[in-house]
Amino acid sequence: MATTKPTSSPRGAPPAAAPPPVPADAIRTRPPQQNFLEGRHNYDTITEVIGKVVLSPRPPIQWILITFLAFGLVNVLLMTITWLVLNGIGIWGNNQPVGWGFDIINFVWWIGIGHAGTLISAILLLMQQSWRNSINRFAEAMTIFAVICAGLFPLLHTGRPWVAYWMFPYPNIMGMWPQFRSPLMWDVFAVSTYALVSIIFWFIGLIPDLATLRDRAKWPVAKALYGIAGMGWTGSAKHWFRYEQAYNVLAGLSAPLVLSVHTIVSFDFAVGIVPGWHTTIFPPYFVAGAVFAGFAMVMTFGIPLRKLYGLKDFITDTHLDWMAKITLATGLIVFYGYILELFYGWYSGNVYELAVVNNRLFGPYAWAYYALLFCNGFMPQIFWSRKARYNTFWLLTVSMAVNVGMWLERFVIIPVSLHRDYLPSSWGMYSPTVFDWSMFIGTMGLFTFLMFLFIKFLPMINIFEMKELLYRYTHRPRNGHQVEDGSAITVEAQRPAEVGAAAKGAH
Amino acid sequence: MAHGNGHSQHGDGGHGGGHGHEHGPVLNPVFGVIGEFSDPEVLLRAAEKARSAGYKRMDAYTPFPVHGLAEAIGFDDWRVPWAVFVGGLGGAAAGWLLQYFTAVVDYPWNVGGKPLLSWPMMIPITFECTILLSAFTAVGVMLALNGLPRPYQSIFNAKNFERASQDRFFLCIESEDPKFEPNDTAAFLLSVGAEEVSEVER
Repeated sequence: MATTKPTSSPRGAPPAAAPPPVPADAIRTRPPQQNFLEGRHNYDTITEVIGKVVLSPRPPIQWILITFLAFGLVNVLLMTITWLVLNGIGIWGNNQPVGWGFDIINFVWWIGIGHAGTLISAILLLMQQSWRNSINRFAEAMTIFAVICAGLFPLLHTGRPWVAYWMFPYPNIMGMWPQFRSPLMWDVFAVSTYALVSIIFWFIGLIPDLATLRDRAKWPVAKALYGIAGMGWTGSAKHWFRYEQAYNVLAGLSAPLVLSVHTIVSFDFAVGIVPGWHTTIFPPYFVAGAVFAGFAMVMTFGIPLRKLYGLKDFITDTHLDWMAKITLATGLIVFYGYILELFYGWYSGNVYELAVVNNRLFGPYAWAYYALLFCNGFMPQIFWSRKARYNTFWLLTVSMAVNVGMWLERFVIIPVSLHRDYLPSSWGMYSPTVFDWSMFIGTMGLFTFLMFLFIKFLPMINIFEMKELLYRYTHRPRNGHQVEDGSAITVEAQRPAEVGAAAKGAH
Repeated sequence: MAHGNGHSQHGDGGHGGGHGHEHGPVLNPVFGVIGEFSDPEVLLRAAEKARSAGYKRMDAYTPFPVHGLAEAIGFDDWRVPWAVFVGGLGGAAAGWLLQYFTAVVDYPWNVGGKPLLSWPMMIPITFECTILLSAFTAVGVMLALNGLPRPYQSIFNAKNFERASQDRFFLCIESEDPKFEPNDTAAFLLSVGAEEVSEVER
């Protein structure tokens, strides 16, 4: 966990390195990038503020409205799937020459969105970035729900989803085995591994918090359910010891996993010989794009949620600032990818590659390419301004632009590369049907619906990691232990009156 | 692999009220004596003092992982990471052999005269299988060694224990300890800074 940071060599750090004590009112004087926990909090108020979202009997009216709206869209999705299974994928707009349309665009888009969750929970954990602690839980939930939405598309695109299990290797009466040399088969393994590992990573992170909710819930049914889900967690030091071992190992496994997943998704294209796809830049360019899209989605959800539930002490402006910086950095990598795509087309000297470049810039879908450059290339540059990174309006505007831009990127890569085949006789235009749109919007509804159920029934911020962060901010160095910095947050566990005041003040 | 002492390996797996005791000849009705602390630092020092006072069978309960606490109660167990290593090797072997068996042995399919054992194409799935099995091993072994899921545990009988997951810190010296004596142990816990001490029924 993050606490291991200051004590990676606990006995070895010189005591002289301990910083001088910082007065309690120092919160204003600290550099802003250190404020990952604001307000006056103790262990109890942290539990109270985060647990209240789940345990209060009445959710806010906005929650009810959005959940019902999203549930309506889930029904649109279910009806679309029903109609699709009854009629076949001919109800979609893909046909020759564009065999991969919305289904694959949306698959790649959703998978990419999920990647920020794993990046935040695994890679930032390994890099000992304590600012991940308040955003990792709901980013991980986003990962799982995004993978669910993503998985639906290739599953249904098979045309006969009821025999999708044929993709898994099992001895069968057909006497056949899957073709393991195909990137599409790699995708099956990568995405299902990613889904399973993300789910267990998320669940393991939840166990201590489920125990907290078990101990805090008043309603017996809730108590019993959290008790079952919490598995009888006691908080034993021995259990924590093994828990942290397992959690760190999982993070270490997830980090290369997340890179491999989008790399393999990009192989779906790069291994093919379609002009515009067959480039070596695809794996890093796809991974950067995934992180870029994922952080944008974390901000799109995180900013309204922290306002709705009064969680600004935990998801601070500093968090948003840092996320905006990551969006800017990955955005620049993605933009570099766009430049290299053009360069590859020109440098290849291949007439078909050049035709694709020409088609992107001046063809019938050029509007999509320029909109993409605007959303992913121009809009994130706003984040060079510190003011914009601290301004909710700009954060949300740019995040939305990036969400759209990343979708357009996949549109430009997939149908735009396919719609003009080698022979002009097999050229065609791609237009999505109403079922393409209803399926796409339906998955957005499914994603939102699952996110809002998650927010209502499970703690969206990691309670124990926030306490750990507080402990690190407040405890004094001893035995050569070195704390990260001085104490700016006051712990007053012994004064119930102030506890109540702090809990109220945090709303 | 290093183990702090002979007990620590199974410190919480087999002694905390499992079936072994229900059939055993001796059943101590007292699980242990527990002290409640408000400050993790005081708890950490108390655990160290308990160790130097000669107590061996104890456990601390905290709402978040307190670094150094496992060390302080004399606990050290590196079986989880080793199990993951073995699980990862198993996953790699399984992924590789699956592809080797299907593509070379059981279903050799000549595609354009390319070799049957086109090993670079087998790396992605071998890699994914390694990760999958390692991750499942990590979680499975961690839960198994911790004896979870187990809805009922004696420690839940401790007074105020619902706050162990919220804002209080506990140190429990168990009755299995050779040095355990209810009154002395309670007095000891008070002397090292416990704010409240009580007996835990089994």
